[in-house]
Amino acid sequence: MKVRILVSFKDSVLDPQGQAVKNTLHTLGYSSIKDVRQGKVFELELEGISKKEAEKIIPKISDKVLANPVIEKFSWQIIEKG
Amino acid sequence: MKFGVVIFPGSNCDYDTYYALKNVFKQKTTFLWHKEHDLKNVDCVILPGGFSYGDYLRSGSIAAFSPLMQEVKEFALRGGLVLGICNGFQILLELGLLPGAMLRNEKLKFLCQFIHIRVENNKTPFSHQAKKGQILKVPIAHFDGNYFASPETILEIKKNSQIVFRYSDAKGQLNEEANVNGSAESIAGLINKAGNVLGMMPHPERASEVLLGSEDGRIIFESIIAKLS
Amino acid sequence: MIDKKIIEEHNLTLEEYEKIVQLIGREPNITELGIFSLMWSEHCSYKSSKIHLKKLPVTGKNVVQGPGENAGIIDIGDGLVAVFKIESHNHPSYIEPYQGAATGIGGILRDIFTMGARPIALLDSLRFGPLSKPKNKSIMEGVVSGIAGYGNSIGVPTVGGDIYFNDCYSRNPLVNVFALGIAEKNKIFYAKAEGIGNPVLYVGSKTGRDGIHGATMASAEFDQDSEKKRPNVQVGDPFKEKLLVEACLEVMAKDIIVGIQDMGAAGLTCSTSEMAANSGAGIEINLDLVPQREEGMTPYEMMLSESQERMLIVAKKDKVEEVQQIFSKWDLDAVTIGQVTEGGRLKVRFEGKIVVDLPVDAIINLCPVYKRESKIPSYLKSETIIKPFPSPENYSKTLLKLLSSATIAEKEWVYRQYDHTVQVNTAFLPGADASLLRIKNSKKALALTLDGNSLYSYLDPRTGGKIAVAEACRNLACVGARPVGVTNCLNFGNPEKPEIMWQFKEVVEGIAQACSAFNIPVTGGNVSFYNDTEGISIYPSPVLGVVGIVDDVSRAVSPGFKKAGDSVILLGENKEELGCSEYLKCVFNMEKGIPPQIDLKEEKRIQEFCLETISMSLIESAHDISEGGLSISLAECSLLSPLKIGFSLAIQDDMRLDALLFGETQSRIVVSSSNQKVKKLLNLAKKRKVKATVLGKTGGDRIIIYHSNKKIIDIPVNEAYKAWKEAIPDIFQVK
Repeated sequence: MKVRILVSFKDSVLDPQGQAVKNTLHTLGYSSIKDVRQGKVFELELEGISKKEAEKIIPKISDKVLANPVIEKFSWQIIEKG
Repeated sequence: MKFGVVIFPGSNCDYDTYYALKNVFKQKTTFLWHKEHDLKNVDCVILPGGFSYGDYLRSGSIAAFSPLMQEVKEFALRGGLVLGICNGFQILLELGLLPGAMLRNEKLKFLCQFIHIRVENNKTPFSHQAKKGQILKVPIAHFDGNYFASPETILEIKKNSQIVFRYSDAKGQLNEEANVNGSAESIAGLINKAGNVLGMMPHPERASEVLLGSEDGRIIFESIIAKLS
Repeated sequence: MIDKKIIEEHNLTLEEYEKIVQLIGREPNITELGIFSLMWSEHCSYKSSKIHLKKLPVTGKNVVQGPGENAGIIDIGDGLVAVFKIESHNHPSYIEPYQGAATGIGGILRDIFTMGARPIALLDSLRFGPLSKPKNKSIMEGVVSGIAGYGNSIGVPTVGGDIYFNDCYSRNPLVNVFALGIAEKNKIFYAKAEGIGNPVLYVGSKTGRDGIHGATMASAEFDQDSEKKRPNVQVGDPFKEKLLVEACLEVMAKDIIVGIQDMGAAGLTCSTSEMAANSGAGIEINLDLVPQREEGMTPYEMMLSESQERMLIVAKKDKVEEVQQIFSKWDLDAVTIGQVTEGGRLKVRFEGKIVVDLPVDAIINLCPVYKRESKIPSYLKSETIIKPFPSPENYSKTLLKLLSSATIAEKEWVYRQYDHTVQVNTAFLPGADASLLRIKNSKKALALTLDGNSLYSYLDPRTGGKIAVAEACRNLACVGARPVGVTNCLNFGNPEKPEIMWQFKEVVEGIAQACSAFNIPVTGGNVSFYNDTEGISIYPSPVLGVVGIVDDVSRAVSPGFKKAGDSVILLGENKEELGCSEYLKCVFNMEKGIPPQIDLKEEKRIQEFCLETISMSLIESAHDISEGGLSISLAECSLLSPLKIGFSLAIQDDMRLDALLFGETQSRIVVSSSNQKVKKLLNLAKKRKVKATVLGKTGGDRIIIYHSNKKIIDIPVNEAYKAWKEAIPDIFQVK
């Protein structure tokens, strides 16, 4: 089973890297870009566990390790069933 | 009295801190290895600067999970003195011993330079030899030193006088230019509520000898030594 | 099987191929051809440069190791040695600036700790195209953050270097990185494969398909397809290398290994064959045992891979476990992949078959050496002539213009991104004439500098070579250091062009003469040819790295004025020399003329005098005169002064004023001295036959210069400071 986890800054946290990307896009003439938020993607390969178990541990490890809940939020999806 | 300097894979100020304690301050000092559970009966634990685990997930995040850090956490909860410098500060935040988190520097560049910090709270084991409002010239060297906390947390730490050092100019004024990394409240050093765990981004060990351009960092080590004597 | 096309693709000539066939007595297979193509590349074999490099003086009583090893070694006393080297990473840095520069740092650091030394300093010499072009800006930004990203993480301070801008580097930026480490004299390690049957261990990162053919890429001209070669560039992992440093130094502290070699350009191929050749032995390895990051790699790919952060170790037979334990402590695998054999052959097994069986001597020592044709370039005739040009109306404005030119302007924007204070040795911050690092538990310090002016070398290569050495040594003299060793990085165009070969020959001759005159040995270096894109070559760009020793760090001198009221004294003579100056380039857009000439004897006298005054504590500050001339050097003494002290001075010489202010005549130093010491200094100067002229006094907050009782320059220090300090940040400002 393959799971994709997306970690990004909470909306309340300023994201200077995202801002820099946005500014660059504007300088290149893409004025329709209203906002950019930068984040991280993790792809996890799991084996030997059920979907149900996966659904239990993914939020746990995301909260504990992959994201820092003080500044970051996460979302996830199963991208390949195993 | 004995100091312990923790070595994580990727620590790179471990020898500098050890050198300052041992050669400049003539203190009994030992290294502590991240894989062990043994604090070797030290009286003060120092988490040195560097790029623990390459800072690959977030600065300081992986180090916070190492076996030794579970002991350091308990040591801190029992009231033991813990000083986190630079990456050490980041680790303390990730570990939850200090509130808040570090973001990338506002201007998105690594910053290595001498800056000034103002002593905001001199009633801590790490700063009691300084005067309140004293200005210290010390170097910084970091990419992720832009301190962040929620407005509620900021209120809380201000109420508890947890801000020990603030970035200021040479005259002690707070302003945007002096707050080089964009930290909330110009925070350069932060202590826990109990008053025994300090995290700071500047490097006092790099400012303990005239030859290195400043001796202002001595006051932090001297405060700890006086407290423990 | 091997046809003409394949041979050409491997950058070998048909003659070279025939020589290979003759040496090994049969046609090579494709993996074997790949091995020869790497080891016989210009980058690894020095086949075009060897005969000229022989002219360099390489011996001296302090030399522990001269050219030919991973790095040179100089005895610095107290049982310690300095291990240092400079390397180019030009081609990869153009293709992918961040990773190109980062892996350059990784590579040079491995050269240092491979020999048993802990790296304590990095410097880099960078050359970019003008920053008015966005592409050059982004290359510079990438290179600087790549150096920072790797050096900062691994915890070796980047303490200095130099940066120049010229259009010839727009398509061929130069990234030359220098590293220095300190080791105990009796604990130096070499790339040896001794003791038949001793196991060969592979340590560090897994092997992937990265950088296949990096060494041959660095030995060919660029064309439009080069940017497509992006996958060739390796990715660096400073964290892994930090673990490697610690683990290797821990292993070396015990008596458990025989030899060690890093896998840099040319990876497994180079390390195995060099170690074997150095010891007259053979090596046999089994590729199935090599840790691999990707699936389905062929022997060709594995032998040629340039994956970073890998080392090869020959361990003592009965100590393998102990070696492995130490690496495992640092979370690294050390895998036995073969052993040392008799008979001087490199044998490689893969899936049970022998896929390589070559005499190491042929790979390492029998590469053809070329005496390439050389010819005086035709451009010299026209380019050395300067047509008449007017003098500026306002010298103050000209001074400000020069202060804000990218080459002269302050580089804090760059070095602030480098951790330059880690390891608590940095006594002078970047920006001084030389970087100064104290040696712990001793009064001594090491002074380091990089130097090289390519326009001088373009229009008079021999003088350019001499001046590169002279100026580097002058930089050291200004802080109070005696030069003890030299490493050089020689960046040139395509050596198959006779005019380029002539430039090379002349520059090397100049370096050789200067090193002999100053009596300092060259302990190694690097030649980077083929810095051409679509037929256009860079200016000949020698970069000299010179290491010096300060006996008493407390006496070292920095360039900034120390207090108001001190006397400012010029050591050396002003001459009317404007050719190749930054002034001509910046104000008239002319890169023409004959560079300033240099008398090596006079130069040596000035340097020794400067050292003598420092050892007697006669001077408060010293600063070399180089790009921008006398007026820029004087202004810098104010701008680098902690108190930003101004000055009011008078110059008397009778010559074109712009030549007097901005000409780059060599063998000159600006010093300041407390008034009560001036007399002593002038007397000593007379005795030593050095011209010393008191120009005036420090003080005030203006930069003021008189000539024949007329004020010709008058600027507030603040204004000069702003021009100098903000020029580079302004260019990179994100709007």
